[in-house]
Amino acid sequence: MGWLTALLALPLVGFVVLLAIPGRAAGAVRLWANAVLLGGLALAAPLWTAFDRGAGGYQFVERAAWIPSLGAQYLVGIDGISLLLVLLTALLGPVAALASWNAIAERVKEFYAMLLLLQFGMLGLFLSLDLLLFFVFFELVLVPMYFLIGIWGGERRLYAAMKFFLYTVAGSVVLLVGMVALYWQGGQQLGRATFELTELLRAQLPLETQRWLFWAFFVGFAIKVPMAPFHTWLPDAHTEAPTAGSVLLAGVLLKMGTYGFVRLSLPLFPEAAREAAPVLGVLSIAAILYGALICLAQQDWKRLVAYSSVSHMGFCTLGLAAMNSNGLAGSVLQQVNHGISTSLLFLLVGYVYERRHTRQIGDFGGLAMVMPRFAFVFAVAVFSSAGLPLLNGFIGEFTILQGAFVVNRAWAAAAVGGIVLGAAYLLWLYQRTMLGDLRNEANRELPDLTAREWATVLPLLGLAVAIGVYPQPWFAVLERPVLELAGRLGR
Amino acid sequence: MSHFYTDVDHFALLPVILLALFGCAVFLFDFLLGERSRRWQLALVLPGLALTGWQLTRQGEIAPFTAFHGALTIDAFGLFFNWLFLVTAGLVALLSYRYLEVEQEHQGEYYGLVLMAQAGAYFLAVGTELITIFVGLETMSISFYVLAGFLRRSRRSNEAALKYLLLGAFSSGLLAYGFSLLYGLAGSTYFGDIAAAVAARPAFDPLTVLAILTVSAGILFKIAAAPFHMWAPDVYEGAPTAVTAYLAVGSKLGSLALLLRLFLGPLGAAREAWEPLLIVAAVVSLTVGNLAALTQSNVKRLLAYSSIAHAGYLLLGVVAGNATGWRGVAVYAAAYALMTLGAFAVLLAVHGEEMTDLNGLARRHPATAAVMVLFLVSLAGLPPTAGFVGKYYIFLALIEAGRYGLAVVGAVYVAVALFYYFRVVRSMFLTPGAAAAGPVAGLSAGVRVALGVTGVLTLGAGVYPEPLLQWAVRAVLK
Repeated sequence: MGWLTALLALPLVGFVVLLAIPGRAAGAVRLWANAVLLGGLALAAPLWTAFDRGAGGYQFVERAAWIPSLGAQYLVGIDGISLLLVLLTALLGPVAALASWNAIAERVKEFYAMLLLLQFGMLGLFLSLDLLLFFVFFELVLVPMYFLIGIWGGERRLYAAMKFFLYTVAGSVVLLVGMVALYWQGGQQLGRATFELTELLRAQLPLETQRWLFWAFFVGFAIKVPMAPFHTWLPDAHTEAPTAGSVLLAGVLLKMGTYGFVRLSLPLFPEAAREAAPVLGVLSIAAILYGALICLAQQDWKRLVAYSSVSHMGFCTLGLAAMNSNGLAGSVLQQVNHGISTSLLFLLVGYVYERRHTRQIGDFGGLAMVMPRFAFVFAVAVFSSAGLPLLNGFIGEFTILQGAFVVNRAWAAAAVGGIVLGAAYLLWLYQRTMLGDLRNEANRELPDLTAREWATVLPLLGLAVAIGVYPQPWFAVLERPVLELAGRLGR
Repeated sequence: MSHFYTDVDHFALLPVILLALFGCAVFLFDFLLGERSRRWQLALVLPGLALTGWQLTRQGEIAPFTAFHGALTIDAFGLFFNWLFLVTAGLVALLSYRYLEVEQEHQGEYYGLVLMAQAGAYFLAVGTELITIFVGLETMSISFYVLAGFLRRSRRSNEAALKYLLLGAFSSGLLAYGFSLLYGLAGSTYFGDIAAAVAARPAFDPLTVLAILTVSAGILFKIAAAPFHMWAPDVYEGAPTAVTAYLAVGSKLGSLALLLRLFLGPLGAAREAWEPLLIVAAVVSLTVGNLAALTQSNVKRLLAYSSIAHAGYLLLGVVAGNATGWRGVAVYAAAYALMTLGAFAVLLAVHGEEMTDLNGLARRHPATAAVMVLFLVSLAGLPPTAGFVGKYYIFLALIEAGRYGLAVVGAVYVAVALFYYFRVVRSMFLTPGAAAAGPVAGLSAGVRVALGVTGVLTLGAGVYPEPLLQWAVRAVLK
């Protein structure tokens, strides 16, 4: 069994073993799930050093027959793009589990079972190099996430869970038809039916076909990202989900959409993608500005963070729309950055909610006096999310803007407006919650971050600073695949 | 040396002979031994099915062959469906035992009728002569009329039986009329002659069209496809739950086998005439089934509407009209049998049928709730389940045939279906159960076995579908 298979199998094995642990032993369940996810991180981390940055194509590839009569294989492998997202997933999994240690008191076993199944699905998606396998994982994450939101979520959890599920499935069935059509068209050209990505990349599809397929894939991925105007499921799902759910939803699940663009839509249908770039760009700008404006009007702390995701994912898709090496590299790095900074924000909102059981911004104010360490971490998270230089958000957004500027100056100008708005709503949020006088007496006795909470935020803080101060190693990983993709796109 | 009943004829008929023998034995023992026979009925049914399976295996060794001068054609296609019927009947027998006990209607003739229905279905899968087929269809249908009304003291069961009988008799009449037209066209009831006669005429020949119209009306009724689906929700809801399961799987797939045999065989030449008909029936079935299911609060009724939608998907596979489509129909049929029986098994396990009966099932019996999620995900058509593989094949077939519009329609209804299937999930997992709700009532050993078998196969065929696909490929290889 190879490295990647072991990495993928670990959460699944953990899930099966977990089912055998009696539900009453909540402590054992927690311990086991955390151990498995931490083990996964320990297994994934060395990929960073073992990965050969100079080599093209995919590394650590493993192949096994799966459904020969369909030409579908178990085929996993990584390049620089998927390496970053795999590492992000491997990190956020244990962070989410650890953050739920106290927050989840009911149906503990089911919760961690869903978390492990989710981890399996997320890792599988980023590792797959076979389209059918990719699709299976694309759908596999939905059921555990449905339960995470529906069982352990907030007041409107039933509505939010169903909305999330239906939106995503509605998109993914169109994606499925697109994939099957690609499989068929590609099979006609190549002379043999296959779902293997590298094989399908060899097919020269006529522009007309590419267009249809691109837009079919677009529906699936755009809903997942979500791009405007498909974003309306996101605020409900993110707000109602439990902290772990929000972290993984924002940190990883949204990236499945952008990753789908990078890995499939753009390289498979380059001509159609170039044609569609203006639409993508305009939709991205709309998401950036619209999301930011809505954030300014939010009274609910968590909902604000949720809407900020719409805006920030807009930057990721803007980088894709630029379709040049800067835009693409910035987009992928920004996906990681968004995973770090938004996860931090969701974790912190969750910790406050655990203490106060309210998320209304109006209930807070002056928290910096009672929780100085919390306020410090929150400040870093806010600055990172707002794109302050020397933190990770800046470098991602800056690179995306570089890419966008070359293509269309208006896009870049509008996106800069989005950054300004972003700084406005985030700093305003900080001011209203952390600064000023302690208006609400209920907040006076709030305890500061515990050791366990520190353990969840520290790795994210460290990464935020590391990427911000010295981004070079991260771009180095991305260089080969991004240049290759930009070459395919002819930019 | 008689040419009337040869060894080959006997060999072709053996499964039916066994089924009828064991069925009659059940009737007889019930009559002679009365109460005391109850516990032996399953011990009679299961060996009977096992022997039938053995005969099917033996047939498979020398298939394809014809018997009775071409009235029966034992080929991979027929065997594929007969294996499905066999597994279905076995699972239904396992599911029924405790149910009938609880309902206090534990009569031996129940199991006899289950076997008789299967004997009738046998001819639908292998029959290639109109009268043989009609007799088989009626044998199956009459068994089902009785089974639907098996809860004699239940009004709803009686109502279901009467409704099914009246409408079923009407549809049989239509089918018989269509068959007589086909006979009129060809001067023969054998498929080979009919095929030649239909091919010799233009596709839109008025007589052919009339025959196609009446025959399709009859068959669409039996597979519960729109616009001949009206009976299904009432009958499915009223019939005893175990019978509903049998009806939804056995009766539907039996009639589907007939549809495939007839439309791809003798009526194949008139494809232009029946194709638009089936397209309309498929799309209307998808629409009616999926939309009506959205608001149901009775799970049996919900599954009835969803089975109408599944009939739509099966018809789409026929419409695609290529090898992939036929394979898709076979795969879909197998997946449908597994997941539908599984879902009904869960209803039998909780001994309830209202959505509220499932409330809090995840607490009361997590394993049952978990497999139910699996069946519902499969019914909706999401990976990694058998239902996904079936839908995948249907979509692939439509795309190969260039019918992108139909593929998209079929795909979009997956999202609609998900909504109502997950209402069931919601009541199991997210809605707290009533405090009085005790442990799961009907979880007998038989139900456990059925749940295990259908659950493992539904997941197994989704994760590793290769064996199922190979089997389906062989079934339609001709």
